[in-house]
Amino acid sequence: MSIRELWHRLGSPRWFFRISGPLATTLGLLALALLVTGTVWGLAFAPPDYQQGDSVRIMYVHVPTAIVAQSAYILMGAAGVVLLVWRMKMADMVIAATVPFGLTMTALALFTGAAWGKPTWGAWWVWDARTTSVLVLLFLYIGLYALRQAIPRPETASRACAVLAVVGTINIPIIKYSVDWWLTLHQGATFKLTEAPSMPPEMWLPLLLNVLGVYCFFGANLVRRLRVEILERERNTQWVRDLVAGAPA
Amino acid sequence: MSDEPLLSVEAFGCERDGRRLFHDLTFTLGAGEALELKGPNGSGKSTLLKAIAGLYTDYTGTIRAADRLYLGHRPGLGLLLTAEENLRWYAALGAADGARPPIAEALARVGMAGYERVPCQQMSAGQLRRVGLARLLVCAAPLWLLDEPLTALDRSGQVLVRGLIEEQRGRGGAVLCATHQALGLPGAGTLSLEVQHASTEDGG
Amino acid sequence: MSGPGRLFAAQFRRELTTALRSLQEALNPLVFLFLAITLFALGVGVDPEVLGRFAPGIIWVLVLLANLLALETLFRRDYDDGTLEQLVLLGRPLFVPVLAKVTAQWCLTGLAMTVLAPLAALLLYLPGEALGATLLTLIAGSPALTALGAVGAALTVGLRGGGVLLALLILPLYVPTLIFGAGAITLAMSGLEVRAQIYLLAAISVLSVTIAPFAVQAALRISLEQS
Repeated sequence: MSIRELWHRLGSPRWFFRISGPLATTLGLLALALLVTGTVWGLAFAPPDYQQGDSVRIMYVHVPTAIVAQSAYILMGAAGVVLLVWRMKMADMVIAATVPFGLTMTALALFTGAAWGKPTWGAWWVWDARTTSVLVLLFLYIGLYALRQAIPRPETASRACAVLAVVGTINIPIIKYSVDWWLTLHQGATFKLTEAPSMPPEMWLPLLLNVLGVYCFFGANLVRRLRVEILERERNTQWVRDLVAGAPA
Repeated sequence: MSDEPLLSVEAFGCERDGRRLFHDLTFTLGAGEALELKGPNGSGKSTLLKAIAGLYTDYTGTIRAADRLYLGHRPGLGLLLTAEENLRWYAALGAADGARPPIAEALARVGMAGYERVPCQQMSAGQLRRVGLARLLVCAAPLWLLDEPLTALDRSGQVLVRGLIEEQRGRGGAVLCATHQALGLPGAGTLSLEVQHASTEDGG
Repeated sequence: MSGPGRLFAAQFRRELTTALRSLQEALNPLVFLFLAITLFALGVGVDPEVLGRFAPGIIWVLVLLANLLALETLFRRDYDDGTLEQLVLLGRPLFVPVLAKVTAQWCLTGLAMTVLAPLAALLLYLPGEALGATLLTLIAGSPALTALGAVGAALTVGLRGGGVLLALLILPLYVPTLIFGAGAITLAMSGLEVRAQIYLLAAISVLSVTIAPFAVQAALRISLEQS
């Protein structure tokens, strides 16, 4: 299949629905395996940090969620470009499916960041570069979600969200850079989470597994949500009717 | 002038909020022709006009249309500006460089001579409507798309609309007009739309 | 077809004429700026040491909020009276008219606030040596506020209760401008060099003004489609 052909195929929800069933299962199983291994390894067997002790283990949850939350936003920006330029239906569904996932991951990253701050700095909230960036990201997600809710027609809502996601994605690196600069202005160089002098492999390997695992989870979640979204949007078409009636898709 | 129709709609289909408004609608409109769109509220008259104008893009099928002017429900006139300022703005957006827009003549034609410097805010609904009609003359395009042009107009205003449409046809233009009241245009076609209920057929 | 210069001039003149005829509405954000400064003084207390130290942040946060208030009407009027749909129907890129609208809006907000900034600085006991930096950050950073804000205004123009939503969409995007703007003034108060921050603000503005009109154009088409 040429790239051009694949691109065309991707534009067809029906084709995607047919091939995506096994994909969702594979990604889901992969996510389960990676996350269980990484988490058990990280929480039970990885060595404690020489400065932070056992509280460093929050990292195995915090870092993957923060990374995937950001990637999800950037994916929406990319899908936004595809939707606005090529009018591809699937891109619209990708945005619709990603917003709730990204919002949840951002909230989780923020919560674990706060939980990490308490034993490390003795305060539930510290304006550290990562937590501040994640907080702004949370507001970006809430904005997308609110815009989606405010527009009654789903097609229009997705396109509006696409515009916002594209503008937001262009802004994310600028926001990150500005927040980093802001910290040097107000705090000077401080001890940063996760940047302890060269992490040993026993620490970064489980972290890597969890990062990969959470990406697979994102993939599985995205594909499943897309499948639901496709059925909902295409409910009036013959192939969905046949599917419901029990015929093969 | 070529034989190409000014407007051709092919296999037009459109669904809105789960309701099918159009299915496989095909028609053309050539030079000098007029078509009245009829149908009850919710039958999709405005949606069709908006799709042809280019305001609405969620449809299937093809629409090929010449340069067009769209007169919608809203007058398209800045209320804080005068009639002349509004029309001058339209002229600047569309007219050729250096061409003096015939604003005074256009206002006179729609019975609004002497209102050049009156802010649109101070005009009645019918007067606003008339200034909106003057825009059709200032901007000049071969295809007119009129959505309920008779709204708020008095008797002489309705005669005026008919006259303007006839002039447009005489110039070799075409007019597509959604209306409840029959315009009684000589030789004009009528397209009757019906309210369709929740779609059931295969749309994919 | 008229040239882009003529188109820009026609749109710009239209915006300024409209603003002049509804002068009160155009002035409201500026009045809000000073009203809120007064509230800050009342809330924080008038110890010159304390107020002066907070002044950079207060000025920039209030400039963001005043900008936001002004943005609500940027497309609303045109949307209500139908001129917006006619503009979209021009059948060619909206870049120039949108740029003209944004420029006019900036003259009424960013530029006006820069002109009034010395007065704000006076009320907030901003140390004199930071006044130059304040003016520079405002003039370099405020175009970004208007340009990015226009995207949000275009997205929310047809929605009921769009005001709070607009704030939610746009304020996170204002974060870099706020940080560099207020940060530069703070640095200037300690007599440090702020040229880098001014350049950064200008770069953000240039980027926003270049990209935003395309996003605004897309957003306006989307907003009109649901009316």
